[in-house]
Amino acid sequence: MNVELSHYLILAAILFSISIAGIVINRKNIIILLMSIELMLLAVNLNFIAFSHYLNDLAGQVFVFFILTVAAAEAAIGLAILVVLFRNKRSIVIDDISELRG
Amino acid sequence: MLETIIFYAFAIITVTTATAVVTVKNPVHAALFLVLTFFTSAVIWMTLEAEFLAITLVLVYVGAVMVLFLFVVMMLDINIARMREGFSRVLPLGIFVAAIMLALMWSVVTSDYFSIEVLAKPEARAADYSNTKALGAVLYTDYVLAFEIAAVILLVAIIAAISLTMRKRPQTKYQNPSDQIKVRKADRLRIIKMPSSGKDS
Repeated sequence: MNVELSHYLILAAILFSISIAGIVINRKNIIILLMSIELMLLAVNLNFIAFSHYLNDLAGQVFVFFILTVAAAEAAIGLAILVVLFRNKRSIVIDDISELRG
Repeated sequence: MLETIIFYAFAIITVTTATAVVTVKNPVHAALFLVLTFFTSAVIWMTLEAEFLAITLVLVYVGAVMVLFLFVVMMLDINIARMREGFSRVLPLGIFVAAIMLALMWSVVTSDYFSIEVLAKPEARAADYSNTKALGAVLYTDYVLAFEIAAVILLVAIIAAISLTMRKRPQTKYQNPSDQIKVRKADRLRIIKMPSSGKDS
């Protein structure tokens, strides 16, 4: 019994669904929301790498490389915003920061 | 056969820890579970012969991003109880949304287009094949513009993170270089005419 492409795709789909559920059930917790986004990017990266392997094309891996770059930048800026938010509000619960009434 | 065992073992660990990330109470534990998820994913990437990216995932994510997460989580004084409000109320909704998405994606990826007959597993590369070398060869030729844009994105991230979190404290003493350069003789030196006094006064 061999590992085929759909195994990897299903694993990525499960990871993606878990992070979707994480975003829905942790609406008040910005830190877990950021972690869920990281998980989502991980699932997407797994898809890219699986296709890159099975189609024998390096372009998928190059794409993952750039996704990692953007994800690192996103995490750094997101956490910086979080620190500034906490400094001003003394809280990072989402209910306390809905001043734009979005 | 060994490959199948490795895949299933690490896939199960990945899914379990990913579930733990979104359900545990303590954000520090969530961050540590996320570290484990990244580790097991790196192993799965290695079975897909993406060695360079697997190592990059461990070095960049576990080494930098997750440490940053842990720093921030431990630095902030977080009220866990308030963040858990309504958790059990929205839990069924979350599971429902996730189940629908999973069912849709499952029906797509288990179609015949991705089966082993259409896309056979490629032959394993020879031991002297260097994934890093192959990746570098395309990265610095075909994708050099994207590579430079990535560099600019990282620069923007550095500047944004520093300028967001830097604050001027009133009690901090620091130099202002433009004031130092603009200074004129008249600002600092005052010549006072005064009569000379005798020795005996």
